[in-house]
Amino acid sequence: MSIFIDQQTRVVVQGITGRDGSFHTRQMIGYGTKVVAGVTPGKGGQLFDGVVPVFDTVVDAVRETQANTSVIYVPGAVAASAIFEAADAGLALIVCITEGIPVLDMTRVLPYLHERGARLIGPNCPGLISPPKSKVGIIPGNICRPGRIGVVSRSGTLTYEIVHQLSTQGFGQSTCIGIGGDPLIGTSFIHCLSAFQADAETDAVIMIGEIGGTDEQQAADFVQQAVTKPVVGFIAGQTAPPGRRMGHAGAIISGSSGTAADKMAAFARVGIAVMKRPADVVPLLRERL
Amino acid sequence: MNLHEYQAREILRRHGIPIPESAVADTPDEARAIAQRLGGKVVVKAQVHAGGRGKAGGVKLARDPAEAAAHATQILGMTIKGLRVHRVLVAPTVAITSESYVGIIVDRASQRPVLMVSPAGGVDIEEVATETPEKIHRLAIDPRYGLLPHQGLGLALKLYRDVAQARAAADIMQRLYAAFYAAGASLAEINPLVTGPDGAVAALDAKIVIDDNELDRHPEIAALRDTSAEAPSEVAAREAGLTFIKLEGSVACCVNGAGLAMATMDLVKYYGGEPANFLDIGGSSNPQKVVAALKIITADASVRSILFNIFGGITRCDDVANGIVQATQQLPLTVPLVIRLTGTNEVLAVQILTHAGFSALTDMDDAVKQAVARARVA
Repeated sequence: MSIFIDQQTRVVVQGITGRDGSFHTRQMIGYGTKVVAGVTPGKGGQLFDGVVPVFDTVVDAVRETQANTSVIYVPGAVAASAIFEAADAGLALIVCITEGIPVLDMTRVLPYLHERGARLIGPNCPGLISPPKSKVGIIPGNICRPGRIGVVSRSGTLTYEIVHQLSTQGFGQSTCIGIGGDPLIGTSFIHCLSAFQADAETDAVIMIGEIGGTDEQQAADFVQQAVTKPVVGFIAGQTAPPGRRMGHAGAIISGSSGTAADKMAAFARVGIAVMKRPADVVPLLRERL
Repeated sequence: MNLHEYQAREILRRHGIPIPESAVADTPDEARAIAQRLGGKVVVKAQVHAGGRGKAGGVKLARDPAEAAAHATQILGMTIKGLRVHRVLVAPTVAITSESYVGIIVDRASQRPVLMVSPAGGVDIEEVATETPEKIHRLAIDPRYGLLPHQGLGLALKLYRDVAQARAAADIMQRLYAAFYAAGASLAEINPLVTGPDGAVAALDAKIVIDDNELDRHPEIAALRDTSAEAPSEVAAREAGLTFIKLEGSVACCVNGAGLAMATMDLVKYYGGEPANFLDIGGSSNPQKVVAALKIITADASVRSILFNIFGGITRCDDVANGIVQATQQLPLTVPLVIRLTGTNEVLAVQILTHAGFSALTDMDDAVKQAVARARVA
């Protein structure tokens, strides 16, 4: 199985002719993802790289190609509009890679998606990959291996680091998913944990969090209530100073909440194995499996 | 981006929120002139991006224009939490009979803007939240409809029993909500919201933080940025497209990606060192970014070793390697450099570095251990 994406995933790329969109479309196709359409307003009728039909709107793309998943690579100022458009076209899964979307835009986007039952992954995320079936986004395929470990993370390159540790030490992945570093995101740790728990091809979950907010604490409560599979957790930002935004818009310790210590304690309290450093992932996983 | 108090006051004033007239001064003479014009007692307040201005001596009452000038002389040039004061706000003092708090933030849990009010105003709201949470009233606003009139009035009645005052406060909340969206803010607060002996409700201090992602569509707000109020290294980093935060340690870190950058700092600490900074060179790094990063890092005299930790995904390791080679040709390093590269084009990167006389590691723990050890020796 795997979660959210597999061989049935048919991708439409919003912003396919842009610099990032075109580069990563080629990478996705190279990995084996079914990229069935692209959208760039004004370029409808063209063929991207001679193979992928380009449409003016997402509605056109979905009607002509039966795309069921969108991935968005447009600039931050227009990304909210792209998400609205994808939801309007009836897509059930929308993956937004774009970084720099105003938070107030997201306050309008999220209820709109909720009403339509669409799942958004991101924004400001690397997307997801179910090796070797499909990848939607920018996670490098060559560091992943097919297997039975689920990975969910708020970060990008830190995820690659930990996936690399897993792959090189014999643990492949069912799905790796980056949920994004912004304060308002469409898919939470809890959604992913719930999906991994239900997935017959996932044996254990690696959860990679960071400072800021209380999503990890809520995820810990959920693990206690509803997850029977082993969970190994990591929190980045143990040395981060309060009040400063550590790159990600969401990675900021404000007041007493959101510290790494608080989150690690919440993990430990519910029996999640807590990594002190990325290299602890495989030893802890071996212990728990 | 943080706005200064005087900038936030101006935004609120433009949205029709009653706030006493005030002005800013860059010199004691200007402060004297403003105090003269306002008449009566005034308060002279340092305009810096730091909390606890009062405790640091950056807020002072003056009985007359001469005293206002004297206070301005003292406060201008003062350093508060490492930030130099270049400007003071001069505002009239007003008689107050009550102090409340009104603020709007975007709440992660409800994924909506949340209006918060408290009858315990004039103090740090974080303290109120910890010590007497029952004194804070919250309301998540549905952004599709905005703050509905009965919602604003309902909250205002938690602050004032007098209906006329409650209506005035509810009107201020509507205007604050409008200002919040119009400015692209992530926080807008009035602390304190006061009542005077005549019963009038007014804002006495304002704080607005702007979402950096809104600045492109709000050039008039972006123009309010005061680079003299920020650490020079952080200004230089932003202009180069890097995210940099200076810390107190001796091991400089140069990493791609915010999560990995934090994890690298944590690992430095784990192996007994102290990180000198947070630095994310971003996703699609070009060699010029690496050059800029090294310039910023090496300007810090407390740096004893430099650690590169790159996991190539979108970032190509060979780009980073070229940047390191170019940068070290432009500005020879006086401290040891430890490089770790893994991922996209790693073999090519190692060739480039070896050719230039550097060595590169592939394991993160090995690299961090080495950087910590070399910072100790150096």
